[in-house]
Amino acid sequence: MILAPTDLRLRLAATSIAVACLSQLRSPAIAAAALAVALALWLASPARRHGHRLLHVEGFVLLLFLTLPFTVKGAPVFTIGPLAASAEGFARAALVALKMSAALLLVAALLGDLEPARLGGALRGLRVPEPVVRLFVLTARYVGLIRDEARRLREAMRVRAFRPRTDRHTWRSYGNLIGMLLVRALDRARRVEEAMACRGYDGRFPYAPLPAPLLRDWAGFALLAGGGILALAMDIA
Amino acid sequence: MAHIPDGILSAPVLIGGGLLAAGGVALAVRGLDDRAIPRTAILSAAFFAGSLIAVPMGPTSIHLLLSGLMGIMLGAGAFAAVLVALALQVLLFGFGGLTTLGVNTVNIALPGVLFGMALGPAICEARAPALRALLAGAVGALSVLGTGALVALSLALSGSEYTPVASVLVATYLPLALGEAFVTATIVAFLARVQPDALRPALP
Repeated sequence: MILAPTDLRLRLAATSIAVACLSQLRSPAIAAAALAVALALWLASPARRHGHRLLHVEGFVLLLFLTLPFTVKGAPVFTIGPLAASAEGFARAALVALKMSAALLLVAALLGDLEPARLGGALRGLRVPEPVVRLFVLTARYVGLIRDEARRLREAMRVRAFRPRTDRHTWRSYGNLIGMLLVRALDRARRVEEAMACRGYDGRFPYAPLPAPLLRDWAGFALLAGGGILALAMDIA
Repeated sequence: MAHIPDGILSAPVLIGGGLLAAGGVALAVRGLDDRAIPRTAILSAAFFAGSLIAVPMGPTSIHLLLSGLMGIMLGAGAFAAVLVALALQVLLFGFGGLTTLGVNTVNIALPGVLFGMALGPAICEARAPALRALLAGAVGALSVLGTGALVALSLALSGSEYTPVASVLVATYLPLALGEAFVTATIVAFLARVQPDALRPALP
């Protein structure tokens, strides 16, 4: 990625500003342009390899796309019984789809290759409250570990002929699995807390001050954040 | 299930949600001393892993929210745990949204914290396993339905064209509420047998 600032503080800030701006666009043409830019950035980024992750759509979003043509008033395109689908409604659904996809691709392109457990210093640099940062890095650190634990427990269930179905047996089995995860997590938390205390933990993680961003970081920041703000300004004008 | 992506909500809703979430997280952080942070963080990672399990529900499958259980086990700390989990989902899977982090945190955490803190003490005190399971199931189901109502409210406040979807949205949460009730009841029964202390938000 040539454009993305290597400085993580600036990269997080620029992505947030750009996504916030494009989420408020009202013109389909500008939203389409934003999608084209986001797609180009995404294709040039290493996140491209994980493309299948982006295909997920929430149920209520689908419902939204299905109903918007009928709920926005305007020139009817076709009618199903008492329902009339309007051209304005289709435009509205298209606008939402364009903005959603653009934001998704932009986040994947710019933040897809970050290692969450290493973000502590950058988040501190962005004035995120210290306890929240500590919570974030610790959670990020242990998510992978506990997911592995969950995977092993599920494999153990599978080799004992457990097949998930829609019944109370399945719910009870998964409940016991999650309960076991929580018990182990509590044990682990106690050990981690003791280990930290033994090593002189005094309620703060020492973060070395980050070096000042370079000129090219600021240039990338200005391009991304400025691009978002420009798109929004053109949209309002 | 309750993750509103970027590009749907209006600016006032996003800002309002952000402010409410900041208030909730401030409340959570005030109750977290240095010793409680590893516990909250690692439990939060466990809830995250638990919510990734796909539970079959008829022809499709659901992911549990576990927000009611978080309210029982973490109290107001659930605000911080949910915020962190949602931020991680964005970074790891590109799932959810950046601008909607605040709204989504409130939508998921607020009902869990309210019902978990209201019924949590009764769950700890309950002697009869059936009563405990009933209360825990109620926390799970009510938290999910509360989240559904808040998602609907976020959409309805963002634009009048979203109102028809918003009015039927809670109905789509009913299967999730059912599964969540049974699973939450089992988890609470399991913890009450194995480690009853876990059901209290504070350290002993």
